[in-house]
Amino acid sequence: MGEAVIDVRHLTKRFGGRTVVDDVSMRVNRGEIVGFLGPNGSGKTTTIRMMCGLLTLDAGEGRVLGFDLATETAAIKAEVGYMTQRFSLYEDLSIEENLRLVAGLYALPCPRETVAATLGGLGLTSRRRQLAGALSGGWKQRLALAACVMHGPKLLLLDEPTAGVDPKARREFWDEIHRLAAGGMTVLVSTHYMDEAERCHRISYIAYGRLIAEGTVAEVIEGAGLHTFVVSGPGLDAVARRLRAAPGVDQVAAFGVTLHVVGRDRAALEAALAAAGPGLAIAPAETSLEDVFIQFMGAATDNMG
Amino acid sequence: MSAVLSFRRLGALLAKEFTQMRRDRVTFAMMLGVPLTQLLLFGFAINNDPKGLPAAIVTTSHDQYSRAMISALELTGYYRFTHVTDSAAEAEDLITRGDVAFVVTIPSDFGVRVERGEAPRILVEADATDPAAASGAIGTLGTVAGEALLRATGREADAEAEAARRLEVVVHRRYNPEGISQFNIVPGLLGVILQMTMVMMTSMALTRERERGTLETLLAMPVSPTEVMLAKILPYLAVGAAQVTLVLGAARWIFGVPFVGAMSVLLGAIFVFVLALVLLGYAISSFARSQMQAMQLTFFFFLPSILLSGFMFPFRGMPPWAQAFGEILPLTHFNRIIRAVMLKGADLRGVGGEMLVLALFVLIYAAIALARYRRTLD
Repeated sequence: MGEAVIDVRHLTKRFGGRTVVDDVSMRVNRGEIVGFLGPNGSGKTTTIRMMCGLLTLDAGEGRVLGFDLATETAAIKAEVGYMTQRFSLYEDLSIEENLRLVAGLYALPCPRETVAATLGGLGLTSRRRQLAGALSGGWKQRLALAACVMHGPKLLLLDEPTAGVDPKARREFWDEIHRLAAGGMTVLVSTHYMDEAERCHRISYIAYGRLIAEGTVAEVIEGAGLHTFVVSGPGLDAVARRLRAAPGVDQVAAFGVTLHVVGRDRAALEAALAAAGPGLAIAPAETSLEDVFIQFMGAATDNMG
Repeated sequence: MSAVLSFRRLGALLAKEFTQMRRDRVTFAMMLGVPLTQLLLFGFAINNDPKGLPAAIVTTSHDQYSRAMISALELTGYYRFTHVTDSAAEAEDLITRGDVAFVVTIPSDFGVRVERGEAPRILVEADATDPAAASGAIGTLGTVAGEALLRATGREADAEAEAARRLEVVVHRRYNPEGISQFNIVPGLLGVILQMTMVMMTSMALTRERERGTLETLLAMPVSPTEVMLAKILPYLAVGAAQVTLVLGAARWIFGVPFVGAMSVLLGAIFVFVLALVLLGYAISSFARSQMQAMQLTFFFFLPSILLSGFMFPFRGMPPWAQAFGEILPLTHFNRIIRAVMLKGADLRGVGGEMLVLALFVLIYAAIALARYRRTLD
């Protein structure tokens, strides 16, 4: 095991009487890109905010970059780059003014040069006097990332950085993340997108405030113990309806002209498929990360009662 | 590394605040527009001692005594007789409708009673729905009417003899002998304008960041509460300075308000007062969840300030509990200082006590503001 950049145990946060983050422990090593997944309202943002000292812990403990989360948040803030879910640079300041502010607040040694280099790297030198609020979603996201890596943080915390950004911009964004990680930066990134999860070294899945699974994508899929079959043939609508009611079938989802049928119990699943109808082509398939997450969400809801 | 105050970081924050202030044209216009309109409205429109009020006279006789009485009343400047009638009903109608503020009734036997040496009577009915409007006019009645009658009957000599027997009361209307309302209102306005704009703008300062989500970015960076507070407050001190220049300039050159005290004392008081206000605004912004709430809290504070501080109504005329409440408003103390310095020429010794009270407000508000500011989003 490498050097731990994030090492938190039993993190808990309550708002009012509601436990938003419940006993979450996590370890992230230097240079890793860890994906933080989970449905809306599962506590991803709250967990990230606790890790960068924006929220106090109600219970639990931990160290980020070797600094104590309870007592050394000032030191943590100086070496962490945090990109918020919503664009939260100043929309009424220009691109350059925003970067200058950030450079000033981190007390960078050569602010002018750093800002100029950052603008150049973004390709925004000619538009530097434009107001940040006038940028498109993709550009705002690139600017926000550039602003939070300008001080050379050792840890990057990204909260759903690619929400509402087109596929090409997302691709470029992830290339940039990998470049930063290769340079020694550690990255924790929350996301909803399965393709993004697959670009992470490891993933952690959280639902209703509880950490449910973690590991590499392959490990998480395998750990879920799901079996998947692809069904094609005539009258799939009726087949889907029958399968949903059948024992042993956990998920039925239509993908174009095929059905993905997922279940935990292989024997029960095969029995259900055999009885599903005549003239169907049935073939085993690989379980996808999405199937696993849908399964987790269903299970987590059951736990919530 | 994370010292309480770094001038680099403070400088960066200040540059940001000033740029944002410059870009926000509506707010910027308000900072100078509010004092200007208030000055013109209050300065020119408000008069606590109204003169030339419309009046009706009801009389059936037109003898010399009635005429003497009417012209004596007109000469006070308070009455302007717009209606003359012999019908009490019509006069009643006029005052009910509000066409006249006074009805002066001279009974038909007025002249006869004067000549017979009996006690003559006239009736003055005043529309006292607004007591302040009527009080000046009523106050002059007693002496004016008596003297007019004595003159008309040619018994002025008697009057002098009469006067000599009476106790002599000498009244000096000091500091504002002519009773010009503006001398009282314009200096008071400075405090009101500062109170309104300073508290409101600073109270929006933090809540705006919270609403727009920028507070999260700011808090995630290594800034100290003191830096954030100073950066929010200093620009408004500059705005306050501009407003003070504007109002004092207008007081001097437009309204001709005398300035007999020392400017340095007044400026010192203004500085302490403005400091208290921006800290109050900042404290409010740490309570309010939204800009709307900040605005409401500001007005919650503003209304009692304007009503109970002695700006609008005489402080000593309020019941004791209201005076006690007025004492905990910074504006009350500031109004006392500025009126004392500008009109009475009070020196630092004279207003030192009030200054200390203002300084106490500064300490209290700063303590609240810093205690309530959180480095976290909890």
